Amino acid sequence: MAPSQVVLRNVSKVFIAGQPPAPLHAAGPIDLEIRQGEFFAVVGPSGCGKSTLLELIAGLTPPTEGTIEFEGKPIIGEAPDGIGVVFQDDASLPWLDVNGNVAFGLRRSDLSKEAKDKRVRDVLKLVGLSDFATSFPAQLSGGMRQRVCIARTLVMQPRLILLDEPFGALDQQTRLLMGDELLRMWRETAATVFLITHALDEAAMLADRIGVMSARPGRIIDTVETRWPRDRDSRIIEDAGFGAVTARLWKTLREESMKTIGRATAGEATAVDVPLPPV
Amino acid sequence: MSRLAWYRIAVVGGAIALLEVLCLTGAIDKITMQAPHLIVRDLYRMLASGRMNAAILKTLGNTALALVLALAVGIATGALLHRFRALRDTLDPLFATYYAVPVFAFYPFFIVVFGLGDMPQILIAFMLGVVAVIVNTLNGLDRVPAVLLKTARIMRLSPIDTALRMTLPAAGPHLLTGAKLAVAYAFIGVIGSEFIMSRGGIGYEISFAYANFDNATMYPLILLILLASVLINGLLSRWERRLLRRRGMR
Repeated sequence: MAPSQVVLRNVSKVFIAGQPPAPLHAAGPIDLEIRQGEFFAVVGPSGCGKSTLLELIAGLTPPTEGTIEFEGKPIIGEAPDGIGVVFQDDASLPWLDVNGNVAFGLRRSDLSKEAKDKRVRDVLKLVGLSDFATSFPAQLSGGMRQRVCIARTLVMQPRLILLDEPFGALDQQTRLLMGDELLRMWRETAATVFLITHALDEAAMLADRIGVMSARPGRIIDTVETRWPRDRDSRIIEDAGFGAVTARLWKTLREESMKTIGRATAGEATAVDVPLPPV
Repeated sequence: MSRLAWYRIAVVGGAIALLEVLCLTGAIDKITMQAPHLIVRDLYRMLASGRMNAAILKTLGNTALALVLALAVGIATGALLHRFRALRDTLDPLFATYYAVPVFAFYPFFIVVFGLGDMPQILIAFMLGVVAVIVNTLNGLDRVPAVLLKTARIMRLSPIDTALRMTLPAAGPHLLTGAKLAVAYAFIGVIGSEFIMSRGGIGYEISFAYANFDNATMYPLILLILLASVLINGLLSRWERRLLRRRGMR
């Protein structure tokens, strides 16, 4: 098994300041290990602290309790080197063209001008935006703008890529295709991918392992291994095992989602065990 | 050029042509106003002779100085207030009512304090413009998407890099709106106070020519002010349009 790249131990996040009901226990306690090079997805009911979990790993917000390590070093309230993030909101820079947007990711790099240009070109090719290098974000569709942000993250060659519902604003077909591209990029870059999503099929189709979060305060209450081959694509949704994965995810999540809309059902939410058929 | 732009030119051109006809036929007598073509001729002669150069330089110099001060102080204050919420909430109502205050009323007081040099005029122009810059800076900073600032942190940009490469361009169009207002206010402040009392400048010369029935000086100077402010505003608007079009906002 690959070594752990990210290790969360007993991590909790409580928001003290802000609007009532403060203090708000957003997430935790969470124990989680993400392995080097794997594709890890997190699903959970809305408002369960998924994005908080991502911001904790990204070093954008410090944990109230517990420790987070990235490659063996603790993350203390500052984004560590080697982590890239693609947010749900459009983070393309409207005043720069696609080339400028992607090159922006190399602002702090020591590479020569030629090396930077080449890296930008290569990444644009990888995300399929070579023909739009001189276009401005306003001229692109939402899916293309999100690809610009992915390219800007990839150009930094991060060893861990965090994605916060990056396709949330896109339509279903575009999401499936973007998922394929994401899988292809994951294979070509050898980076670890940590994906947050509310779409069960997206998680089931893309990830090696899927963590299921409880209602707030979000904890990881189940972890599902999909055992897909590394060279999979969106056609995996036809696989017989795919239904079993989404079914197991939904069975766990249904209870939790009920809680968030205030209609808790009887029974233990954590006791879920659906055997997975071999793939 | 669009059809609407041609119509606009036609309206202005028509008004000038009408004025020309009214002056030439004597409907407007010579003591009241010169014919437009004569104003243009007189302006050319005046600029060629160089007798107004000192006045023009004084006015443009003071306007530029007031503008730079209003922008620097306004943007810095805006950025500071954006940081400190409580301070901003305290001052916001004052900004909202600021333009109800006739700033020119303070002019005599400034002359008493600073003497009849350039200072009182610059101060009036600065005071007129600075709050527009502050308000628009705050507005611009409010609209910088949070996701861009998170991106800057993920990229580990320094605070200065974040301010210059993220915040400033993201808030750019709003800052430009403030700058446009500040240009107009700087002109109004300087020339207006020169009218009231000063020792030179375009406003002073217009007022002086007016008192002496010197139409051959007064009207060309008015035309000069018109041309200068229209030109500067036109250039800024063009720049603004380019920025906005690139962002798909117009």
